[in-house]
Amino acid sequence: MRRLLLILLVLIMLPAVWCDTLNGQQRFPMPEFESGYEYPEHVPPPSPRGLAMEYIDVVLLVAAMSLAAWFALRRRSRNGIIWLGVFSVIWFGFVREGCVCSIGSLQNVSLALFGTGYTIPLVVLLFFVLPLLFTLAFGRVFCSAVCPLGALQELTSVWPVKVPQRVESALSVIPYLYLALALLFAATGSTFIICRYDPYVGFFRLSAPFSMLIFGFLLLAAGLFIYRPYCRFLCPYGVILNWLSRFSGKHLTITPAECIDCRLCGDACPTNAILPSNSEEKLQERRKGRRLFTLSLALIPILMVAGYFIVGSSYYHLASVNNDVSLAREIRAWQEHQVPATSREAEAFMSSGRTYEDLFTSEARLTGKFRRGSGYVGLFLGLSLGIALLSTSLRERRTEYLPHRGRCVSCARCFEYCPVKAENRKV
Amino acid sequence: MEDKRLLKPQKRREFVRNAGRIALLLPIGYYGGALLKATTAEAWVWQIDPYECGQCGRCETHCVLTPSAVKCYHQYQMCGYCDLCGGYLRQGIRNINTGAESQLCPTGAIKRTFIEDPYFEYTIIEELCIGCAKCVKGCADFGNGSLYLQINHDICVNCNECSIARACPPQAIKRVPLSEPYLLKEGYGE
Ligand code: SF4
Ligand code: SF4
Ligand code: SF4
Ligand code: SF4
Repeated sequence: MRRLLLILLVLIMLPAVWCDTLNGQQRFPMPEFESGYEYPEHVPPPSPRGLAMEYIDVVLLVAAMSLAAWFALRRRSRNGIIWLGVFSVIWFGFVREGCVCSIGSLQNVSLALFGTGYTIPLVVLLFFVLPLLFTLAFGRVFCSAVCPLGALQELTSVWPVKVPQRVESALSVIPYLYLALALLFAATGSTFIICRYDPYVGFFRLSAPFSMLIFGFLLLAAGLFIYRPYCRFLCPYGVILNWLSRFSGKHLTITPAECIDCRLCGDACPTNAILPSNSEEKLQERRKGRRLFTLSLALIPILMVAGYFIVGSSYYHLASVNNDVSLAREIRAWQEHQVPATSREAEAFMSSGRTYEDLFTSEARLTGKFRRGSGYVGLFLGLSLGIALLSTSLRERRTEYLPHRGRCVSCARCFEYCPVKAENRKV
Repeated sequence: MEDKRLLKPQKRREFVRNAGRIALLLPIGYYGGALLKATTAEAWVWQIDPYECGQCGRCETHCVLTPSAVKCYHQYQMCGYCDLCGGYLRQGIRNINTGAESQLCPTGAIKRTFIEDPYFEYTIIEELCIGCAKCVKGCADFGNGSLYLQINHDICVNCNECSIARACPPQAIKRVPLSEPYLLKEGYGE
């Protein structure tokens, strides 16, 4: 027994010893030069973007959002929004090369809140929080012309066609799923999927993995006809902004004064965000809506429970995205079933001096996190779906044409459709 | 009478909106405040710990940039200045020469200069280096380990998540402060 322990100990120690030699030991003595040779220096260059630059970016972010709010709510200028968008694409896109953007920053926040060993830089936190606050105050002015991805899509939407409402509703489930998974993978320190699958950042850097380049071009091409495909059907940050915007203090209005119910703007919005006035709707239909409302209210807890169990039970597969978990599984398969562990990761682990115990503890901790986390993901998705159903049954009475504050990205396109002039405003 | 009925839903909407706004501000304030206390004024960048790197070659292929932002650096004060350099020459080369077929580096990014008998200096031509780690491996396996990889921060775009870090088998790529963006090897001498 003792011998076995000894062998085991040696086996565990062996990689540690090997590791020291791995990166070179001194095999050859330092030469003794006689010609007066001096050792050259070979040091890599510093980063051209200093810390000060990062804070300048924050200032520019606030300035751009203020300007966007002014253009959308006060000046009512579509041209202003467009030119601000050009600036954002250039600065936050091409100059800043995309990183860290507000969308991606939600993963940093998740990692800082629920992960281990990560301190979030102030700049990143500000990039996350400031657009939230602006949206809560003025609607999605960040989306209109400040977000580099949004601005790029805004500028490239040449012939926006209307997407049928049903298709739109069905597809807008994706961002919720994306958001929940991004938070889960970031919280477990696994990976930042939003950054890995960002379709546009490759354009800003003029370089990207081939598959992402293709995805980017496809989405850009689709964006010529489908207005803002990423914003509407993918963007996880957009989910948060959508909900904040619904409760925003101020928001742009389609008409500069009083809506005269002329229906001219009805088809103007490329995001299907204009809610027509429905003052003539039958009382009967409203009653039907009420019944639907109670039904979907009762459905919410059922959906949440279902989500909890469905997503919660897939935690095992979700966890395999994590490097440590997949490595531990490979090692265990090798230990228990003699499946050869041949991956680079396994090789590196064997020679790293890291103990099996350390790896398996880490795996257990992470798996636990994934089990709990995927439960929350399920609850969240169930709740979102329930609320979506609920809101379709809500029959609000509107006597004017109003933008849907969640879906409206403050692009200012609808302004020119409204025949009412600002001078007509009743004080 | 009619007017009153029309006003009611608007009032209600206003009320819901105000209540919702406060309800949403609370968690933003709470978590934002909690995080604010734990922030750092620094920014992070990515760097390779040369003592953990296993020279797998993924640095060349997994960077979002082509060619990779990872380049090879030389700590001269570790180098043996060998004639038979494990980082410069392919294994099993019969006679030492500087022809491309005997060089390990696929782009010929290492320059060999005669210093004095029997010493040769090896210099990395950074513009040609693609960060493939072939020379680094050769030097680690047969030499003193004076060649090593670093992420060149003049080139690196500082991805929020470095895609090489995600793919690095020994997880040798870490976040380091922007003010000290390199993890350089120290010389044996002195
Ligand atoms: S929805 Fe997302 S991608 Fe679109 S503008 Fe808003 S934050 Fe940017
Ligand atoms: S400003 Fe809003 S409502 Fe008007 S067209 Fe743009 S997204 Fe639609
Ligand atoms: S991926 Fe990691 S192990 Fe491979 S060469 Fe780069 S730093 Fe070294
Ligand atoms: S951070 Fe991005 S650019 Fe820099 S080395 Fe990693 S993948 Fe390449």
